[in-house]
Amino acid sequence: MERVSKIFSYGKIRTETAFKRTLVIIALVMVVITLGIFITLVVHAMPSIKALGFSFFWSRTWDPVSNVYGALPFLVGTLLTSFLALIISVPFSYAIAIYLGEYKPSGWLSGLLKNIVELVAAVPSVIYGFWALVVLVPIVRALEAKLGVATYGVGIFTSSLVLAVMIIPYAASLGRELIRMVPSALKEGAYSLGATRYEVLKHVILPYTKSGLFAGMLLSLGRALGETMAVTMVIGNTSIMPKSIFDPGNTMASVIANEFTEADRSVYLAALIELALVLFLVTVLVNILGKMIIKRFSNE
Amino acid sequence: MNRKNIHNQIKYRIARNKASEVVITIYSFLITIPLIAIIFYVLKTGLSKLSWQFLTNIPQPVGELGGGIANALVGSILIVLLATIIAVPFGILCGVYLSENKNAKLSYWSRLAVDVLQGTPSIVIGIVIYFWVVKPRGGFSAFSGSIALALMMLPIVIRSTEETLKLLPDTLKEAGLALGLPYHKVILKVIIPCGVSGILSGVMLSIARIAGETAPLLFTAFGNPYLTTNVLKPMQTLPLLIFNYATSPYDEWHDLAWGASLILLIWVLAMNLITKLITRRWKVQL
Repeated sequence: MERVSKIFSYGKIRTETAFKRTLVIIALVMVVITLGIFITLVVHAMPSIKALGFSFFWSRTWDPVSNVYGALPFLVGTLLTSFLALIISVPFSYAIAIYLGEYKPSGWLSGLLKNIVELVAAVPSVIYGFWALVVLVPIVRALEAKLGVATYGVGIFTSSLVLAVMIIPYAASLGRELIRMVPSALKEGAYSLGATRYEVLKHVILPYTKSGLFAGMLLSLGRALGETMAVTMVIGNTSIMPKSIFDPGNTMASVIANEFTEADRSVYLAALIELALVLFLVTVLVNILGKMIIKRFSNE
Repeated sequence: MNRKNIHNQIKYRIARNKASEVVITIYSFLITIPLIAIIFYVLKTGLSKLSWQFLTNIPQPVGELGGGIANALVGSILIVLLATIIAVPFGILCGVYLSENKNAKLSYWSRLAVDVLQGTPSIVIGIVIYFWVVKPRGGFSAFSGSIALALMMLPIVIRSTEETLKLLPDTLKEAGLALGLPYHKVILKVIIPCGVSGILSGVMLSIARIAGETAPLLFTAFGNPYLTTNVLKPMQTLPLLIFNYATSPYDEWHDLAWGASLILLIWVLAMNLITKLITRRWKVQL
């Protein structure tokens, strides 16, 4: 009797419910943290939202010394670098996805390529930035001299090049998974009608994985938008509106990295935080959209 | 005539097929060039700096020889260790909840929160931790840096735990429960040990990811030219040192940054390699 009551003691049941409750609390804390990030940004951006309103987004001048805050140069800088990087990276990441997913799904060569892609994703962004600063900037400067534009070396174009390398692995590894999910019946059907591999790719695989590949692009874009260090090191850090892709500029992330600890006025600080808020909302939107598309694709 | 036409057409299609394969193969291997260029350059410039002294000295003022990166190395290890201690138990338990309650409403929101956190730019996390920890405490600290990095680790740990535990057969849990084990013991002594390899590789991967993070540390750990082990004080880390010295105008400091880059690169690549060995050893799917 003594033993039975020991086994079924309330104490044990209490630890069990306590454990279950801990799990629930932890899951809840995750939600709270994420909401907290959003709320913190909104609260601390308030002075700037109130003082500047929507003109924040289309005013072209950012001059903290005379208390003028217009975010347009940074919005343009961010969009330019990110989309340029995306355009540069897409052919490469899709080629890798097709190579690993369709041409050579196994074998040592594709194993090697897979490892290389993973390494590219693993190199810290500050090392990309440093390398670009020392190696890539002179190359771009030489290129600019040939093209006859101002030879800054640093700037939007250089940042896009670095970003492109950094985001290739994201779309590539996702694309590989998706291409492997194409039902073989579809491919075999096309082959049996006499299609070449290229035609199967073009008329079966790519249309089938279209939405997923687009989602891969979105995830790469989200990554490019938020990337800070590599861009900060090679974009040139000027708050003047860039006139061409070879001009130096600033992205939202890089201006925050450069000026956050220097912001002495409350509106200045709030303006930087408003930039962070915009950055947060845009990347979250892009990411969630990409993940939703992938989820729908995998369920089909 | 017609026959010749068809013949030509087939030839053309075969040629196009071959050409596309060649183009795709070339394009996919072009990524090797930047990777090799970076690793080669870091090795070339960093290797000559490596010495025992480099690892045990702190940076010297410009113009003096014999500076090292001891402060950043110690700082990086401490901050990453502290972040791991914070993030791993929390992340594993959250992953357990998500895999145990697949269809609960809270799971949906929690999963969404994890996705959002994963997509959050690291600089934004830095700002938020600045307001949550640094400002209330009244100063930069290594501890706040660890919290920022822990937030970045969480999504990876949670996701890998959830995905690993999802693959375990329900019979494992049922067997434990049928033997009269309480729920928490089933989870802690049966389920988690069964999935430990998957969870471990997620943890390793997340450590590799945060070891190179700079942006969330700019406004939290801040950096420190001196060696300290006090986590309540500002602390230097390898990525911060690289960033600060790489953007400085002095050659000596550039050299220091290259040496630090090499150490950081070795660290990160080694962590990735270990992850790979774990996944291969236990055949984990990530």
